[in-house]
Amino acid sequence: MQGMSLIVKNITRLVAGFIILFGAYIVLYGHVTPGGGFTGGVILASGLVLVVLAFGKGFTRNVLTHETAKVADSMGAMLFLLVAVLGFAGGVFFTNVLSPGTVGHFVSAGTIPIANVGIGVKVSAGLFGAFLALAAFRRSTASAQERADALQSDI
Amino acid sequence: MPLLVVIPLAGGFLMPLVDRLTGRRRSAAAFPILLTAAVLVLSVWLLLAADEPLTYWVGGWDFPIGISMVADGLSRLMVVVVATVSLMALVFSIDYMARFTSPGLYYTLFLLMVAGMNGVVLSGDLFNMYVFIEVACIASYALVAFGTESDELEASFKYLVLGTVASTFLLVGIALVYNVTGHLNWAKVGEVIQSAGEPTLPLYVAAAFFLMGFGLKAAMVPFHAWLPDAHPSAPAPISAMLSGVLIKAAGVYTLARLVFSVFDGDPALGWILVTLGVLSMVVGVLMAVGQWDFKRLLAYHSISQMGYVMLAFGAAAVMQARDLSPTVVGLAVFGGLFHLANHAVFKSLLFLCSGSVEYATGTRQLKELGGIGGRMPVTGACLRVAALSISGVPPLNGFWSKLIIVLALVLGGFYVLAAVTVFVSFMTLLSFAKVQRYVLGGEPSEHVAAAREVPAAMCLASVLLAVLCFASSLMAVETMRTVRGRVLTPASEAVTAGAAAGRQGRLITVERERPATPRQPEDVDATAPGGRDSHRERRKHLAAGLGRRVRTSDTETRRAPANGTVGPETHRAGLAAVHGEEAP
Amino acid sequence: MTLAMVPFMLTFLLLVAGLYAIVAKRNLIKVIVGILVLNCGANVMLVLTGYRDPPAGEAPVAPILTGGAAQADELARTAVDPLPQALILTSIVIGLSVTALVVSLGVRLYEKYGTFDTNRMRNLKG
Repeated sequence: MQGMSLIVKNITRLVAGFIILFGAYIVLYGHVTPGGGFTGGVILASGLVLVVLAFGKGFTRNVLTHETAKVADSMGAMLFLLVAVLGFAGGVFFTNVLSPGTVGHFVSAGTIPIANVGIGVKVSAGLFGAFLALAAFRRSTASAQERADALQSDI
Repeated sequence: MPLLVVIPLAGGFLMPLVDRLTGRRRSAAAFPILLTAAVLVLSVWLLLAADEPLTYWVGGWDFPIGISMVADGLSRLMVVVVATVSLMALVFSIDYMARFTSPGLYYTLFLLMVAGMNGVVLSGDLFNMYVFIEVACIASYALVAFGTESDELEASFKYLVLGTVASTFLLVGIALVYNVTGHLNWAKVGEVIQSAGEPTLPLYVAAAFFLMGFGLKAAMVPFHAWLPDAHPSAPAPISAMLSGVLIKAAGVYTLARLVFSVFDGDPALGWILVTLGVLSMVVGVLMAVGQWDFKRLLAYHSISQMGYVMLAFGAAAVMQARDLSPTVVGLAVFGGLFHLANHAVFKSLLFLCSGSVEYATGTRQLKELGGIGGRMPVTGACLRVAALSISGVPPLNGFWSKLIIVLALVLGGFYVLAAVTVFVSFMTLLSFAKVQRYVLGGEPSEHVAAAREVPAAMCLASVLLAVLCFASSLMAVETMRTVRGRVLTPASEAVTAGAAAGRQGRLITVERERPATPRQPEDVDATAPGGRDSHRERRKHLAAGLGRRVRTSDTETRRAPANGTVGPETHRAGLAAVHGEEAP
Repeated sequence: MTLAMVPFMLTFLLLVAGLYAIVAKRNLIKVIVGILVLNCGANVMLVLTGYRDPPAGEAPVAPILTGGAAQADELARTAVDPLPQALILTSIVIGLSVTALVVSLGVRLYEKYGTFDTNRMRNLKG
C-alpha cells in the first residue's frame, strides 16, 4: 500500500507521537478519569493505523507487522487473565489483591490499572491487526470486475 | 468453577502463540485437546461434587450486586454435555482440519466458543450471560465462514446478521428488565417479579424480546432461517458443535432459565413455548424429508428435535400452572432434558459421520452417495447407530427420551400434542430411512468407489459418541438409577424447583446465609430516600419469613473499602434508590 | 404520553430504522450500516434506563467519585446510575467486534461475487 502525500507525512511525523501518548494516558488513568482500557486501546490503534496509512506498508514492514500484532494481542489478553487469576490469591476469583489507595491518585484501585493496561494492549493490537488483515486484502478491483462479468454471462 | 471458563479462554488467547511454535503440523491440536479434556474432567468433578446449587461470587462482591457464577443441576448437566461434545469434535478435527490452511485460527476460535458456552451456562446474572452468548456466537460466525467458499461466506453473513439482530433484542430486553426491576441477577430478578405478583406489562414486553432473541439462537421456527444455511456450510466438527451444543447452551438453556427461574413458569410463556415447539417440530421434519443434501437434512432435523425439547418445557410450565401433579411436571422436564442431552450426542455423531463421508468422497448430495456401508465400515456403523437413535428406535437413547416426552404429554392431558409428537417421530424415521438407504445401502457410485475409511482420529471420535449413545440409553433403565440421579434428576429438579422455589419466595441460588443488613461503613448513613430503607426492610422480612438465621456478616476484611471506585454500598444504594423510585 | 417518554420513543425509532435497513435493503453495505444503527439504538436505550432526574434546577450528576467517602452518600442519592454505563461499554465492544467481522465478510463476499448486491448472492436455496 502506498503512503500518502508529503503534507500528510510531515503532519503525521509531528502528531503520531502525541496520539500514542494520549492513548497511553487514557489507558493508564482509566481508574481516575473516564476512559480505561478499551477507549485508550482504540486511540492507540488509530495512532498506529495513521502511521501505516501515511507512510505506506513498506516503511513499517519490520516493526508494525501482522505477527507483532498477533503476539501483542495474545500477551495483552494473557495479562488480563493473569490479573483475574491472581484474584484467586485473594481468596476469590478476580478480587482486587493489591491495596486500593486513596481515590484520585494514580497508584490506587488495586489491580484495575494493570487490567486496564492488559486490555489496552489487547484492543490496540487487535484492532491494528484487523486493519492490517483487511488492508492487506486489497486485491485489484479489476479482477473483481472480471468475476462480476463472468457471473453475468453465466446467468 | 471459574476455571471452567478461564481454561478455554486462556487456551484461546495462547493458541496463536502455540500455532506459531508448532507450524502447521497436527501436533498443534494437542494443546486444545489437553485443555478441553481438562474442562471435561472439571465438569464431571463438578457434577459429582455436591447436590445443592453452588454459587461462586466473582471478586468477592456479594448478593445482589455481585457477579455470580451459578452451578445448579441444570448448569452442571449442560457443562458436561458441552465438554463431551467439544472434546469429541476436537478429536475429530485433528485430521479434518488438516485440509484447511490455518488450523491455528480454527483452534483459537473453537476454544473461545467453548469458553463462551461454558460461561453462558454458568453465569448467574443476565448481562454476563449476554456477554458470553456474544462471545460464543461471534466465534461461531467466524467458524462457519472458515472455509471461505462463497457458500460459506454467504451462509455466515446471513447467520451473522440474524444473530446480531437477536442479540440486540436481547440487549433491549435486558435494558427493559433492568429498568423495571433494578437488578440483573437471575435469582434477584425472579424474586422481584414474584414478590410483585403478576408480571407487569413492561416485563411481558421484555419477555417478548427475550423470546425473540433466544428463539433465534435456539432456531425456533419463525426464527430458523439461518440454520439450514449455516450448518451445512460449516466444517463438519463445527456443524457438530453448532447443532449439538450451541443452539442448546445459548438458546434452549437460556429459554428454560427465563421461563422457569425468572418468570416462574408463567403459563402464557409456557403456551408460547409449546406453540413454538410444535411449529418447529412439524416444519422442521417436513422440510427435512424433502432434502437431498445430507447436512441440510440434518440441520432441519436439529430444528425439529429442538422443538421436542421446547414442547416438553412449555408443556411442563403449563402443567405446573394448572397444578397438575408434580410427578407429571417432573416427568416432562426430565424428558426434555434427557432429550437435550441425547440430541447433543447423536446429532453431533450424525454431523461427524457426514463429515467423514464428505472427507472421503467429497460430496454431500444423497443422490451421489451410495454404498458407503461397504467401503467405510466404521463410519457406516456409527451412522446407522445415530440414525436409529434419532428416529427413536429402541433400545437406543432417542427412544427413551421421546417415550418419556410422549408419556408426560399424555398424562398431562395434551392428547393432540402427543399425537403430533408421535407423527413427527414417524416422519423422522422416514427421512432417516431414506438417508440410510441412499448413503449406506445401494450400489457404490463413482464418488464412493474411490473412498477409503477415514483416518483413525475421526473414527475414534465417531465410535466414542456411538458408545455414548448406547450408554445414555441405559440411563432410562432402573439399574442406572444412581447415574441418573447424579446427572439428570438434579437438572430436572432445578428446573421445576426454579418455579416452585420462586413461588415460595425462596431464592434458588442463594444457599449460603446472607446477611440481612448490608455492611456499611460508618460515614454512609441511612439518610437516603425511603427506597434504600424499604429495600433493606424487605430483605430482612424475606429472610425472616423463610426462617433463615439472620446474621450480620463479619467478613469485613474481604470487602474492599468504599473509597476505591464508586463502592458497593453506594452502588447498591443507588440501585435501591432507583428501584424504590420506579417500583409500582 | 409524558415528556419523559419522548427519548424512549426516539430510541425505538432508531431501533426500527436499523431493522428496516437490515430487512429491506439490497446492498450489503447498507445492511451492515443497519446493524450498526440497531446496536446504537440498543446502547441508547441502555443509557436511558440509567438516567436519573437531578435535584431541581441542577444538571444531571455524573457518577464520578473524587471526593472520597464523604461524597459517596451524596452521589448515591443524586448521580446517574453507573451500572448501565458499564453495560453499554461492554455492548459497544461487542458491537465493534461484530462490525469488524461483518465488514471482513463483506470484503470477502465482494471478492467472490464482484458485487455487493445481495440478490446476486443466492447460491443457497431451499
